[in-house]
Amino acid sequence: MAENKRTCLYDKHVALGALMSPFGGFDMPIQYEGITEEHNAVRNACGVFDVSHMGEVNISGADAEKYVNHIFTNDITNAPDGKIFYGMMLNEHGGVVDDLLVYKRGENNFLLVINASNIDKDVNWIRSHASGYDVEINHLSDELGELAIQGPESEKVMTEVLGINCADLTFYTFREEMLNGKHILVSRTGYTGEDGFEIYAEHDVIRKLWDELMESGRAVPCGLGCRDTLRFEVGLPLYGDELSDEITPIEAGLSIFVKLDKPEFIGRDVVMQQKADEPKRKLVGLELTDRAIPRHGYEVLDADGNVIGHVTTGYRGISVDKSIAMALIDARYAAKDTEVSVRIRKKTFPAHVTAKKFYKKSYKK
Amino acid sequence: MSNIYYSQTHEYVRVDGNIGYVGITDYAQHALGNIVYVDMPEVDDDVTAGEEFGAVESVKAASDLISPVSGAVVEINEHLIDNPRLVNENAMENWIIKVELSDKSELDELLDEAAYKALCESESAH
Repeated sequence: MAENKRTCLYDKHVALGALMSPFGGFDMPIQYEGITEEHNAVRNACGVFDVSHMGEVNISGADAEKYVNHIFTNDITNAPDGKIFYGMMLNEHGGVVDDLLVYKRGENNFLLVINASNIDKDVNWIRSHASGYDVEINHLSDELGELAIQGPESEKVMTEVLGINCADLTFYTFREEMLNGKHILVSRTGYTGEDGFEIYAEHDVIRKLWDELMESGRAVPCGLGCRDTLRFEVGLPLYGDELSDEITPIEAGLSIFVKLDKPEFIGRDVVMQQKADEPKRKLVGLELTDRAIPRHGYEVLDADGNVIGHVTTGYRGISVDKSIAMALIDARYAAKDTEVSVRIRKKTFPAHVTAKKFYKKSYKK
Repeated sequence: MSNIYYSQTHEYVRVDGNIGYVGITDYAQHALGNIVYVDMPEVDDDVTAGEEFGAVESVKAASDLISPVSGAVVEINEHLIDNPRLVNENAMENWIIKVELSDKSELDELLDEAAYKALCESESAH
C-alpha cells in the first residue's frame, strides 16, 4: 500500500494531539478536541481547517477560457476578474468526474480547485482533453497549501489576527495580494454554510498563518470530522458520497450549476436528455422519527420493504438535533413527505422525505 | 475476586448471581468520543456470546456491541434512550443490558481486570 501524503501542517496537527486518519490519499486531522465542539465553534464563532489536501491546477493560454468552458458545467464566459464559479467536470455519460471551484485570475487565466481524492484522475482528465486548445496546464497541488477560516467571526479574525483586510470581498470572489512579501490568494468561500474565507499560499506562508491563528486563540483548530457534519447539515454534496462518476448533476439536484444554454461542454447532451426525461433517481433529504442514525450505504426501503435507494451521508445532526440523511433514491419516491424507511443493522426505521438543507446557511453576500 | 469480566472487544459483564450487567468499558467510551445513540435489543431477546447485540454510535461512526455472555435480555437501560451520553459520563455504572446468564462457564473465556488493562495498554501503544 502506498504511503499517505502529508500536508505542510502535519507535524503541527500531531503536536496538537489530533486524531489522524487517511482521507483522499492524505493523513489528515479528523478531530482535535471533538467533532461536536469544533462544529459548534464554526457555527457560533470561528474555526480553522487545514485543507491543504485540496488540489490546484492553473490553466492559462490563448484558449484558456474556451477550454475551461469545454470541461466545466458552469459558464465562465466574460466573467470579471476575481470571480469564482462552482461547477462540475462531467464524463461523456454525464457522470461527475469531480466538482470544483474555478477562480478567474485574469483574461485566459484560471485556477481550478479540485478534490484531494480525485487529483490524479482530474489532472489526467484535464491534460488528456486539451489537444487542439492553446493552453498551458500547471499542476500546483504540491506547492500550495490552503487554510479555511470559517464562522461568523472569521472576518474579524482575518483582519485582526492575520492582517488581511477582506471586508470588501463579497461571496464567491477573491483577491491576490502580497502579505509580508509573500503571494497569497484569499477568497470568501467555504464548505460549512457559514461566512468564511479560504487562503491559498506556499507552505511556509501557510505554516506561519496557522501559528498566528493558534497563538491568538481566536480560531479553534477543526478537523475533517466537523467539516463533514457542517457541510452535510446545509446540504452541500461531497464527492464520493453524493457525487460520483456514476451520478449526474441532475440526479444530485445541482442543475443550477449546469449551464445547458452554453453551446458545448463534455457531457452536455446526456445531461440535457436526462433533464428533459426527468431523472430516474434523485438525491433527497430524509428525517427519521427515531434516534437511530442512518449511515452511508444503508438501504432505503418502500412500504413493502423493496430497496429504492441508499443513504449517501447521515448523522445525528449537531446543530439540528435529529437523525437526518441525504439519500439517492428512486425518483418516484422523491416527493416531500413521502414515507419510506431505512434499514439500520437488523431493524428498519420510518423516515420521511425532506429538503436536503437541514440547517440555514448564513453567508455574507 | 472481582465479579467483572472483560472481552477483547471492550465490553464488560458485571456478574451478580445469575444476572450479568453488560456495557462498554471506560477505555471504549473514551475511544468513541461523544456517544449520540445506543442501539439496544428488546427485553426477552436472546444474546449469544461473541455475537452482535446492538451498537453504540458516536458522531462519526457506529461501533458494534458484541455480547460477552449468552442468555436472555431481562432489562435494557432505558435511561440511555434519551441520554446516551451517560455512557461517556460513567461507563461502568451505566450498563446497557441486563442478561440472565445461560452458561456461567463462558466467563472463563473472558479477561480479568489485569489482563484487560494489559490489552488496553498494548492497543494504546499503536
